[in-house]
Amino acid sequence: MSAETTYETVIGLEVHAQLSTATKMFCGCSTAFGAAPNTQTCPVCQGMPGSLPVINHRAIEFGIKTALALGCRVNAANRFARKHYYYPDMPKNYQISQYEEPLAEDGRLAIAPGDASREIGIQRLHLEEDVGKLVHEGTLETATASHVDYNRAGVPLMEIVSRPDLRSPDEAAAYLRALRAILVYLGVCDGNMEEGSLRCDANVSLRPRGQEALGTKIEIKNMNSFKNVQHALEYEVRRQTQALASGQRLAQETRLWDPDAGRTVSMRSKEYAHDYRYFPEPDLPPLDVPPRWVEDIRAGLPELPAAKRERFAHAYGLSAYDADLLTQGRGLAEYFEEATRAHGNAKTVANWVLNELLRELPGDDDTAVAACPIPPAHLVGLLRLIDDGTISGRIAKDVFEKMYRSGEPAEAIVRREGLTQVADAGELGGVVERVLAEHPKVVADFGAGKKAALGFLVGQVMKATGGRANPAVVNALLAEKLTKT
Amino acid sequence: MLTDLTISELGARFRSGEATSTEATRAYLARVDALDSELRAFLTVTREQALAQAADADARFRAGQPLGPLDGVPVALKDVLCTRGVRTTCGSKILEHFVPPYDATAVTRLLDAGAVLLGKLNMDEFAMGSSTEHSAFFPTRNPWDLDRVPGGSSGGAAAAVAARLAAATLGTDTGGSIRQPAAFCGTVGFKPTYGRVSRYGLIAFASSLDQIGPFTRSVEDAALVLGTIAGVDPMDSTSVDVPVPDYRADLARGIEGLRIGIPAEYFIDGMDPEVETGVRAAIATLERLGARTEPVSLPHTEYGLAAYYLIAPAEASSNLARYDGVKYGLRSPGGKDLIDMYSRTRAAGFGDEVKRRVMLGTYALSAGYYDAYYGQAQRVRTLLARDFAQAFERVDVIAAPTTPGVAFKFGERAEPLQMYLNDIFAVPVNLAGLPGVSVPAGFTAGGLPIGLQLIGRAFDEATLLRTAHAYEQATEWRARKPALGADR
Repeated sequence: MSAETTYETVIGLEVHAQLSTATKMFCGCSTAFGAAPNTQTCPVCQGMPGSLPVINHRAIEFGIKTALALGCRVNAANRFARKHYYYPDMPKNYQISQYEEPLAEDGRLAIAPGDASREIGIQRLHLEEDVGKLVHEGTLETATASHVDYNRAGVPLMEIVSRPDLRSPDEAAAYLRALRAILVYLGVCDGNMEEGSLRCDANVSLRPRGQEALGTKIEIKNMNSFKNVQHALEYEVRRQTQALASGQRLAQETRLWDPDAGRTVSMRSKEYAHDYRYFPEPDLPPLDVPPRWVEDIRAGLPELPAAKRERFAHAYGLSAYDADLLTQGRGLAEYFEEATRAHGNAKTVANWVLNELLRELPGDDDTAVAACPIPPAHLVGLLRLIDDGTISGRIAKDVFEKMYRSGEPAEAIVRREGLTQVADAGELGGVVERVLAEHPKVVADFGAGKKAALGFLVGQVMKATGGRANPAVVNALLAEKLTKT
Repeated sequence: MLTDLTISELGARFRSGEATSTEATRAYLARVDALDSELRAFLTVTREQALAQAADADARFRAGQPLGPLDGVPVALKDVLCTRGVRTTCGSKILEHFVPPYDATAVTRLLDAGAVLLGKLNMDEFAMGSSTEHSAFFPTRNPWDLDRVPGGSSGGAAAAVAARLAAATLGTDTGGSIRQPAAFCGTVGFKPTYGRVSRYGLIAFASSLDQIGPFTRSVEDAALVLGTIAGVDPMDSTSVDVPVPDYRADLARGIEGLRIGIPAEYFIDGMDPEVETGVRAAIATLERLGARTEPVSLPHTEYGLAAYYLIAPAEASSNLARYDGVKYGLRSPGGKDLIDMYSRTRAAGFGDEVKRRVMLGTYALSAGYYDAYYGQAQRVRTLLARDFAQAFERVDVIAAPTTPGVAFKFGERAEPLQMYLNDIFAVPVNLAGLPGVSVPAGFTAGGLPIGLQLIGRAFDEATLLRTAHAYEQATEWRARKPALGADR
């Protein structure tokens, strides 16, 4: 039996999502990304003496929304706690987080890796404040000076901890995608991993198949894209499998993913693990979450990705794959539905959205969809021109590109550029005659039984008409002339 | 002399035009110049700012539009309260040159009421101490006996009021730091209910215990200052939205029929017999004024100090983590890496008492010890609060000594535990979050002040003030002044 089949992989993910509130977790400073360093700070988020935190209720609302979408139990009384460690990016040298009494606990998330659908347990969801950002002159090791920007310090973060229910890097990636889709749907996080608004740490361990007890847990950090998460986990499973197979014992530690080298490297072992000295934050009284508030938020929840995916597949007869792609973002799903309602043929709309629109758009997120220069009505206009034979499918693709660049409706472009399909046999007859005259050898080949020659001749006619000729009419004309000769 | 007047007397002179705020301010500054080189109550004197504020107040009086009873009144602040543009040291080297870009809410409220800021007052470093000997700069002396401490940690604030260097001052009380120095210096010192006064801009020592309150020379003045600084503040989530009554309006109602509890646990072996005699006499006076006294029991009192010395250092170890040399305050040079820079800065910036408490607190919060120490202390806190709640089912006010002894000599309490015992009657009140006041209750044969402590129900400051006022008006103690400078 090989090592891969001897051991079972156990993965749990800790996801940190930056909440898209306008202001910070405990003060009124803006959370906007990209401002000049330390311009979005105040005594509170700089941790100045005597400053005190005040809870941003919008952040709590976002947390409850997410908790409900993940089927968590929202705790009626929850508390913030101080988590201590010294680092210059943290103004107070403690982070206001939640420890013993988190906002919500015990939820689940359905994932569908491949064909099987599985439910992954959510252990807890809590809120905390983000830290600032260090900028080193040179590398961390060689820097002669380091600067700190506290603009990010105090931005609300939501930590979502899964149970160790994931059994492969593929499942971990599927979990992360499903979770991201929910966050984006709820509008609580922009889901951007590269910019750091969504971050992921993993706990990975291996155990002999059939064994209940978990193996030695290794924490992996610094995986800042979906691809990195999957690669890092694949690497780590391989590394641990080889180590165990060769009789080594693994020590509990934290490892960093190095995407350039494609491997994880040891950061600190358990002996150096922090004692965070958690205790209840005395500056904030326990936060009451009245059931009424929770129910109001529940009533306002949008349709979630899983339900939407299901509905798209059923109501529109789409494949599971297409339904999944169309429901990654709420904006894209709404685009599809609006166009479908106006046009009627869901499959045609789905094809155009997934193939043409997503090729042009910089992403499938709501921002990209909202900025799309082709509104659903314009796409429907284009499809109608194909349906009524005004333009060919091939021309339509060119028109689509022009629509994307100019923002004009299809009709305007087609009219101005004279792209209307030519189906008139009289008009096309002359072109067909000329093409036949120019290619006597091909005509002879056809006569000798080489049927493929017809395709070449159709192509020549299309070329001569700038693609505007109706292919069916050209085919019929050619067939008629060729059999005559 | 203008500097002998209470706030209400001073206000009457300003309104009648008999005196101006500028005159009063100059008179106080002159006393500071004459006496403070000896007393050392002030860390910073804001002379120009004070005179400018006094001139503004005078203009308001001339226009017939004063802001209220504190308009033009010269006050000073314990240096734990942040003042915009005025350095705020917290009695520590680590903040020696720290200039806050904001005012504490209590300061804003005083300034909005027209008060004139004379300067910032000495204190034990980070409010940790009971003698002001732990100030990183110099000790403050007791105006009644320059060889003795003024108490602490708000020693400068108490000494300044007793010595007539300010009409009123603000201090903070975490475990007796207003009431104990008030008792030692013979002033009124009022510690409000936790949540009554905003802590925003108060440099935190122990967040769940700290409260700001006034030092004054009369109970009426305490009522005026408290009424100005009290009230909910959106910047402090632990401040409580309970309406602030007009404290002065109710003062003269008397205490006929008031029920006063006397806790046996606050009269202990080893306390100064003169203090006990003085406090018992004060209780007899309260009875003569119509109050009915009865014994009450606060059985968990003896655990108060131990619980306090776990909770307060634990919170302090966390609150003081931010002083690391990175953002503001002292940074010691020569660090070879980040950890070394932290260590050098904190080693040089903090005094021994602060280091002791940071280490105590760090230990108490450590994994594996949390339940045994911090957790257990919190349970004691609940029991103490229950003791008081049960007593307040039967009585309206509790009367007790503020301290077991009177002001001691410099260096006499070098043992930390000896020093901590000073606050044995003060800390249960902080742990229970209740209001407490120390009122002058006479003098020892040696001429040192004795303090009567009155403890009230949460947010019932009005009853405490009324009781203290009745007692004060029935006695002559406040006529006596410490002999200083030319008066000696």
